[in-house]
Amino acid sequence: MTIDAATHEITLAIPAWIAVCRLDDLAPERGSAALVGGEQVALFRTHSDDVYAVQQLDPFSGAFVMSRGIVGTRGDAPTVASPMYKQVFDLRTGECLDAVGKEPQSLRSWPAEVRDGVVHVARPQSDEELST
Amino acid sequence: MLQAPDTKQLVVVGGGMVARRLIDALRSRDESGQWAVTLLCEEPRAPYDRVALTSYFTGRHPEELALGGQEIWDDPLVTLKRGVKADSIDREGRTVTTNGGAVLPYDALVLATGSYAAVPPVPGKDLRGAFVYRTIDDVADLRAYVEKRREELDRPVRGAVVGGGLLGLEAAGALQALEVESTVVEFAPRLMPLQVDEGGGEGLKRLIEGLGVSVRTSTATSKIVGDRGTVSRMEFADGPALDVDVVIFAVGVRPRDELARESGLEVGERGGVIVDDACATADPAIWAIGEVANIGGRCLGLVAPGYTMAEIVADRLLGGEGTFPGADLSTKLKLLGVDVASFGDAFAQEPGNLEVVISDPVGGVYKKLVMSDDARTLRGGILVGDASAYAALRPMVGRELGGDPAAYLLPEGASAAPMGELPEDATVCSCNNVTAGAIRCSVTEGDCTDLAGVKACTLAGTSCGSCLPLVKKIVTTELEKSGIEVSKALCEHFDLSRAQLFDVVRIQELATFSDIIATHGRGRGCDICKPVIGSILASLGTGHILEGERATLQDTNDHVMANLQKDGSYSVVPRIPGGEITPEGLIVIGEVAKDFGLYTKITGGQRIDLFGARIDQLPKIWTRLVDAGFESGHAYGKSLRTVKSCVGSTWCRYGVQDSVGLAIALELRYRGLRSPHKIKLGVSGCARECAEARGKDVGIIATDNGWNLYVGGNGGFTPKHAQLLAEDLDTETLVQAIDRFLMFYVRTADRLQRTAAWVDDYEGGLDAIRAVVLDDSLGIAADLDAAMVTHVDGYEDEWAAALADPEKLRRFGSFVNAPDHADDSLAYVAERGQARPATPDERTSGVLIAGTTLEVRR
Ligand code: SRM
Ligand SMILES: Cc1cc2nc3c(=O)[nH]c(=O)nc-3n(C[C@H](O)[C@H](O)[C@H](O)COP(=O)(O)OP(=O)(O)OC[C@H]3O[C@@H](n4cnc5c(N)ncnc54)[C@H](O)[C@@H]3O)c2cc1C
Ligand code: SF4
Ligand code: FES
Repeated sequence: MTIDAATHEITLAIPAWIAVCRLDDLAPERGSAALVGGEQVALFRTHSDDVYAVQQLDPFSGAFVMSRGIVGTRGDAPTVASPMYKQVFDLRTGECLDAVGKEPQSLRSWPAEVRDGVVHVARPQSDEELST
Repeated sequence: MLQAPDTKQLVVVGGGMVARRLIDALRSRDESGQWAVTLLCEEPRAPYDRVALTSYFTGRHPEELALGGQEIWDDPLVTLKRGVKADSIDREGRTVTTNGGAVLPYDALVLATGSYAAVPPVPGKDLRGAFVYRTIDDVADLRAYVEKRREELDRPVRGAVVGGGLLGLEAAGALQALEVESTVVEFAPRLMPLQVDEGGGEGLKRLIEGLGVSVRTSTATSKIVGDRGTVSRMEFADGPALDVDVVIFAVGVRPRDELARESGLEVGERGGVIVDDACATADPAIWAIGEVANIGGRCLGLVAPGYTMAEIVADRLLGGEGTFPGADLSTKLKLLGVDVASFGDAFAQEPGNLEVVISDPVGGVYKKLVMSDDARTLRGGILVGDASAYAALRPMVGRELGGDPAAYLLPEGASAAPMGELPEDATVCSCNNVTAGAIRCSVTEGDCTDLAGVKACTLAGTSCGSCLPLVKKIVTTELEKSGIEVSKALCEHFDLSRAQLFDVVRIQELATFSDIIATHGRGRGCDICKPVIGSILASLGTGHILEGERATLQDTNDHVMANLQKDGSYSVVPRIPGGEITPEGLIVIGEVAKDFGLYTKITGGQRIDLFGARIDQLPKIWTRLVDAGFESGHAYGKSLRTVKSCVGSTWCRYGVQDSVGLAIALELRYRGLRSPHKIKLGVSGCARECAEARGKDVGIIATDNGWNLYVGGNGGFTPKHAQLLAEDLDTETLVQAIDRFLMFYVRTADRLQRTAAWVDDYEGGLDAIRAVVLDDSLGIAADLDAAMVTHVDGYEDEWAAALADPEKLRRFGSFVNAPDHADDSLAYVAERGQARPATPDERTSGVLIAGTTLEVRR
């Protein structure tokens, strides 16, 4: 499948789930940036091959870098730490688990799943978000 | 501050360490300003650290002997008179007359005039080249004389020290530091007769001779023979004469009690102003403290009892009732690098006492404990060669040891021994008279949460430092008790510290994070433990940092081998070893910067940083750089950064060695070495130090004879000067010493602990590290050497290797589903002819010169 097709698809058909890439395109226990509906999304593949999608924008630094953080766990929660100032977020919900002394800010998260080896992200919720 | 009308005048005569302590104590307690103090110092300087006098020879300036807290002299109630001597006292009129003729009235007078260095009445004692060893002026004169003689003679300078006690051995150390061939002459049958017994004296002699100092015991000096007014030979009551160019008398001290004598105060038979246990003389307005005071029938030649006396007088002046509790004459010294300690009833003088002795003449170790007749209570002891047990044992004098006494004497025994809990009133820091109870209290009630806080609050460990290991232990125990986390656990995934993990990984030869966390941790790791393990694996030479699972451990900088900037772009720093670069190299860097539109800046580390590269541009930029012969500069890694150099002897008219050549060799040797924190080196071509080597983890300064090696320096938030590890090394020995120092640091430091903090934290400090590096005290030198060889042989340029591997290059795509679509969140504005990240305002107002569509030539 061609990857560019996936990006184009959304602007046309707006399906409930958007195919973004193959699971194999994602390195285990690391993140990758993806463009979903013109928006920057950070995709993560964990050790157990679960896939999560959160916003690429790091709310603490204002830079689009979340996919480059270190993936790990805090208790049961799969996490990512911002590569900029090391705040830690729960990948499932985007909740900020460690704000490193700052006012906590969470990440937006999208449902994501793997079907037949292809990573799908649920389409953005509101029309407003689609207009970007 | 206004002086209260009824302020009383205190005059203190003698500006030594004890006088200083009195003023500190008084000013910190006399809140209402009852007393105004005038201090008369005969020496031309404020009180300084006489105990550390010998460090004047190891590169310290006189200013570095200054005592902490100099702001005391700005206190309006304190008047410091330097270079002013008290000539006489009028007890009737309560005044002191100075050598300048000033008459100072007093309400209270404290004599703190210390001692003279004694000079035996041998003929020739006044020749040029004969010295005593007491003041900064003495040691400065000594050094100047030795240096002058060295220029005049075309052979090494020869010297002798008369007196083999504590002071004599210090003086011999000073001669060694001045590269004088030295002999210690002692009248008694053993060295340090006052502190150690015969067995200890024997061990000490062997150790000191091992360091190249000759020792003659049971020898009386009969005459010093001069040649044209300068010292040239020593003659003895028996035995052959000795040719010498310089002599130091270190035969003891005589209390400077002349002021008291002349004003009719009582002095002891062997000198010293007689005082009671409140340090008061028979004249209710006059006190005496420190070495000049004759208390309990004797004068005490150590600073700790002097400090106690100072505290008592401060207390009394404010209406308190303090009395002198008796002196602890325990001493621990590091003489010429040899540990010696004696404490309590070291000579087993009390009837019925038992002795437990361990003697290893070959290893130069002699240890003895004196126990009560039932072998339970510690009475005292002597440690020669290895005094590591001193801090733990000294406070236990007079108490039950609780265990087999011999266990305390085995090597490394101090820490492993079955230590009972120290009683509250046991003195832990004798310099500052701090008890175990006071240390605990500073933690439990004083909110101190670490060693530094406890030091600041109780002063424990702030003078000679010998009690620090014990203070640290008590603090840690107390913090643990109150539930404060002092565990060395790395994070929630590992209970081990970095150093422990390093050993485990090395010894069990674990090579993957999954194996390591499965066997020694839990969960899947985090941003704390993953980079640590990534670094450990890299230090152990397990291959490329992005190979397989290791890629998941790296922080973004290591993951893309560039430095993340505030806007999400990266910077590129090619290695420029030693700061030396050809014009062609500069042109290549310039062209790359121009073609990719990168902001260019010279760094503080003598190289060039190219800023504003998008992640997807990094491989393209590096292809150009690698093709032109550049390699990764590891600006992103916790690893060797740069070896800074000055231009050195090749060009500089003062340079004495090729500092650039050495810097390049070292940078190429240690490049890529992953470590607990970044490592920086510097090499200066002469003592002018233009490379600021002493601000580096490892600093090398050229000398006429080779290289001086300094370690443990850094800039940054808490700048630290590197300290001297070894002198005048040839290049081969130097490199070996650095190899070992760095490898030992890599293996044993904490996460994100730079060398300075590591040296401070390491048990035994710099001396212990020096022993590991130079004398192989742990028997691991061969192992460290081999590890460094493995590193050097295994080095490959990380960028060249990544460019050759398509799998590794995959991570540089901008978007997984649109690898060629540039990140358009980046925006730049021109400033001074180059690009810089746009501010949020500029982004919204749309005045951008360039987004990510910047023209890129390949
Ligand atoms: C680029 C540079 C500033 C410059 O434009 O000159 C720089 C840039 C940074 N320094 Fe530095 N330091 C630079 C020279 C220095 C120097 C000067 C030197 O090396 O002679 C020092 C003081 C010397 C020292 O390290 O002891 C220095 C002391 C620090 C410190 C404080 C370290 C400490 O022990 O206290 C930090 C913070 C840290 O590492 O935790 C730091 C951290 C940083 C970081 C990594 C901050 C960050 O996390 O982003 C910056 C990386 C920017 C980048 O992308 O490269 N930088 N930094 C210099 C790069 C030198 C090089 O060629 O590699
Ligand atoms: C090289 C060396 C190493 C030492 N190592 C140790 C050690 O490891 N541990 C330890 O406990 N002790 C050590 N000591 C001893 C320690 O330094 C002294 O016990 C301590 O300094 C005594 O302090 P003080 O203030 O009583 O006298 P001093 O330090 O002698 O100070 C007296 C000052 O008064 C001045 N003075 C004298 N008469 C007059 C006057 N009439 N008017 C004005 N000023 C006057 C003198 O010039 C002098 O500066 C060492 C001493 C030396 C020299
Ligand atoms: S001093 Fe601060 S701002 Fe400047 S380069 Fe170093 S870390 Fe960055
Ligand atoms: S015993 Fe000297 S500083 Fe504590």
